[in-house]
Amino acid sequence: VNADLSAAEADVRPTRLGLFLGFLKIGLCGFGGVGPWAHRVIVEERGWVDDREYARLLGLCQMLPGPNVGNVAVCLGDRFHGAVGATLALTGLMVGPLGVLLAFIGLYDRFAQVPAVDGAVGGVAAAAAGLFIGTALKLAGRLRPTRVAVLVGLLAFVAVGLLRWPLVAVVVGLAPLSIAAAWRIRP
Amino acid sequence: VSESPLVHLAVTFALLSIVAIGGLNAVLPEIHQQVVEVRGWMTDDELAKLVAIAQAAPGPNGLVVSLVGWRVAGWAGFAVATLAMAIPPALLAFATSRLHRRLAAASWLGTVQAGLVPITIGLILASGVVMARAADDTPLAAVTTVLVALAVWHTRLNPLWLLGAGAALGLVGA
Repeated sequence: VNADLSAAEADVRPTRLGLFLGFLKIGLCGFGGVGPWAHRVIVEERGWVDDREYARLLGLCQMLPGPNVGNVAVCLGDRFHGAVGATLALTGLMVGPLGVLLAFIGLYDRFAQVPAVDGAVGGVAAAAAGLFIGTALKLAGRLRPTRVAVLVGLLAFVAVGLLRWPLVAVVVGLAPLSIAAAWRIRP
Repeated sequence: VSESPLVHLAVTFALLSIVAIGGLNAVLPEIHQQVVEVRGWMTDDELAKLVAIAQAAPGPNGLVVSLVGWRVAGWAGFAVATLAMAIPPALLAFATSRLHRRLAAASWLGTVQAGLVPITIGLILASGVVMARAADDTPLAAVTTVLVALAVWHTRLNPLWLLGAGAALGLVGA
């Protein structure tokens, strides 16, 4: 804990405005995913925390619901400026993309009747579906899962994706089993 | 239970935001269920296109929820859906941040994570399949989905290029 504290003191403490602007940049630059930009801005550019601390924070945030970088924004904002900082960081992260989104949907609604536009957006929709499938396969490969983990993942997929069972019930049912299985094989 | 779309948007997305470990992309099947099948707010095709637009925009995943809100109830729907999606996880992250040092030291945390990750991966795969069913109305679209899935799986290309390729293929097919 002491080493931890001294590391935290060595970090560059952003002002409230700096915090907001940093996360604004992460949100706006993160075309195709904010993860890489979050690391770049937070660690490399601004030095708010070092690599090790960032990895620890991200690991913690990946376990929580909600977008990972959104959770990182809340945790870092709180660390530097309390509840105000958390609000500023999360708002900074979201406000840019929401604006872009509104511009996109406005344009789409205006030109949706044009067959080429509708075709292109339909193509992006097909690609987006592939994005999810590929991401799941990539994550599964990286994990080098146990047999139980493969079974749990497949159950979640079949129940929700194919049988269309209610997602909340499936998660609530599977999570304790999966955590118990992970507990038995913990190092 | 009120029948107001705003109330339903708020309740649906707030509840989903809490189970969406790893982000809202994991809960697209349930969003699809609620928005298309239970409420009939839009068609399969319309939802697939909102997902596409959200994927093409920058920022954290899950913003499609804001677009659904906007489509269902205009500006009020946009605001309600966005807040319902963002606030519950933010409060949880805030609480976690306050417990950070104590939690970070706990070894059970890694075990909980190890248990949750396979579920999240299964759900993201389910999202992909549900969205593919909604979006792949032509053979060309199905081929696009498969090619993009393979590219994401086996390369490190920025997803934006792949979405762009999808747009180009869609343009060819139109």
